[in-house]
Amino acid sequence: MDQQTSFQEDTKKFKSRPVVATFILFVGFLVLVLGIAGSISFGAADIGLKTVWAGVFEFNPDLTTHQIIQELRLPRVIAAALVGAFLAVSGAIMQGMTRNPLASPDIMGVTAGSAFMIAIAFAFFPGTSYLGLLMWSFAGAGMGVCLVFAIGSFSKGGLTPVKMALAGAAVTALLDSISTAIAIHFRVAQDISFWYAGGVAGTKWISVQLMIPVAVIGLCLAFILARSITVLSLGDDVAKGLGQSTIVVKVIGTIVILLLTGAAVSVAGTIGFLGLVIPHITRFLVGVDYRWIIPCSAILGALLLVLADLGARMINPPFETPVGAITAMIGVPFFLYLARQERRGL
Amino acid sequence: MEAVKKTIKKPMFVMGFLAAIIVLSFFISLNTGYIRISPLDVIKTLVGAGTEKDQLVLFDFRLPRMIIALLIGAGLAISGAILQGVSQNGLADPGILGINAGSGLAVVLFIFFYQGSTYGLGSFSIFVMPIAALAGGALAAFLIYIFAWKNGVTPIRLILVGIGINAAFGAALIIFQLKMNPKDFMKATIWLSGSIWGANWEFVLAVLPWICILIPFTIYKARYLNVLNLGDQIATQLGAAVERERRTLLLLAVALAGASVAVGGGIAFLGLVAPHLARKVVGPKHQVLLPTSALMGALLLLVSDTIGRNILAPSEIPVGLVVSALGAPYFIYLLIKVN
Repeated sequence: MDQQTSFQEDTKKFKSRPVVATFILFVGFLVLVLGIAGSISFGAADIGLKTVWAGVFEFNPDLTTHQIIQELRLPRVIAAALVGAFLAVSGAIMQGMTRNPLASPDIMGVTAGSAFMIAIAFAFFPGTSYLGLLMWSFAGAGMGVCLVFAIGSFSKGGLTPVKMALAGAAVTALLDSISTAIAIHFRVAQDISFWYAGGVAGTKWISVQLMIPVAVIGLCLAFILARSITVLSLGDDVAKGLGQSTIVVKVIGTIVILLLTGAAVSVAGTIGFLGLVIPHITRFLVGVDYRWIIPCSAILGALLLVLADLGARMINPPFETPVGAITAMIGVPFFLYLARQERRGL
Repeated sequence: MEAVKKTIKKPMFVMGFLAAIIVLSFFISLNTGYIRISPLDVIKTLVGAGTEKDQLVLFDFRLPRMIIALLIGAGLAISGAILQGVSQNGLADPGILGINAGSGLAVVLFIFFYQGSTYGLGSFSIFVMPIAALAGGALAAFLIYIFAWKNGVTPIRLILVGIGINAAFGAALIIFQLKMNPKDFMKATIWLSGSIWGANWEFVLAVLPWICILIPFTIYKARYLNVLNLGDQIATQLGAAVERERRTLLLLAVALAGASVAVGGGIAFLGLVAPHLARKVVGPKHQVLLPTSALMGALLLLVSDTIGRNILAPSEIPVGLVVSALGAPYFIYLLIKVN
């Protein structure tokens, strides 16, 4: 399963590029701010940047434009940035932990668990409130992750990356099959698809408020964990040899993935490609040091989703295009280009 | 010499055992269904002394469907085994390479633009859909190869490009699916979940040559898979034309998966799980791993389809869902039990 790499590639692999990383952090952040401003300004009703500024910082409830900004566009764009960052960071952690380039946060059973609970909610408790659905979804995500982690841990030979990935694939297949059966039987398949393809459209402040603590806890843990992930990404044996308690890192890593991906899926549905592709792009740009990969992934992920969400509204107004499709459309060409480059590694 | 003997003996025993279970399941499957037919009547009918009704049920409905299940079960399993071997990644399966998504997109487009078709597929669409699926799968595979080619195709590049193409097709898929009317959406969902809907003798004849020619050819190529697993450098030193063999093997995997998906729909998980199950019982040597995978896949799909036909009869559960619901727990059990 391990990649057999030539020596030359190995030396390339262990390069870190702090200069590029710093550049990404600063310039990326600026572009992100611009993107957010643009996203608030463009839409079915165009709003000038001046009004955007006023609407955000000098809110006047009597003006319709300010109402649109405050109630619709601001929570939506904040959610887009957070969800993008969440997915990218958990994808980076996931790939670092499992040393598998195919690993995405989805494979930890987060999305499948969430979809399972949502299917149950739609089938048996129609008319569940928005907040209720968020809770169902997050509970399901927790259930999925616990299943995967438990299976991985209880297996003979312990929690190896391969076992974790395979356990994830198995749990995902199991839960997905049950939820699809429920969806077909109760005729709620399309409703569920709409819920998951909806992206951050119609995000309410309550979602953003729920995401802020997740962001603080999850992202902080991720940054603290970054160095250990770098060590872990060299392989379990190397990590143990360097005196690392791999199981602790894996447990905390899994908790971070659960928090971030669970929140992202609950708020925005499935935006599958982002968590997979952004870490690859980031690694390509900044090298293999996760102290750089994690913050840069966060910025790039946020940027991609903010732009994709803007696209979702602009392509076919007043209809929304599924944002996951747009992230794929933007991400795929990039990803294909990267896949053709020699410079890679986990 | 002792060791060699030992390794040969066990796989033979395993394969014989699997084959026996398949024969047994085949008979049980013949007897069960919405219309029950006793074992005695089944035998009578098979030798041509049954009632007309039994003959119709068995020969026109049940038998072709079961044979299809066996064929595409074997096809998907071998396809998965090849892809896992070539990419040296245990997560590889036909689904990841975008073959399912390519086929799925073609079929969804077909349903989408062929709206107003009668529910329960008309005879026209029943023949066009597999062709569309095959074309879609082939297109996906072709794109992957084009993009992954750069003085040859490395395993990792192949998988990464596969993911990319898969995502692109998946994106297009969801855009069209959400524009469908609910009835068509349901039809597409059922197809995408993998349901052996193309079950008559024409389809058996359509799939049979693919499977019966390609599987033995793949098994003949098995030693190259072993060599490729040693890494490209060693494989080259051992005198294997690495790139050519890899391309041939990939083509085999795509052809097998494409043909299977075309008649069976997007059956997920089977191609992933069957090779792993086989590896657990006979080890990693591809000469025995491939045939064992094929038997595993055939058995799993036959049993799943029998269950899917009967558990909620007369309505059917897409076989792909049953495969996951059955295969996953067992796979999990193996993960926990076996090192």
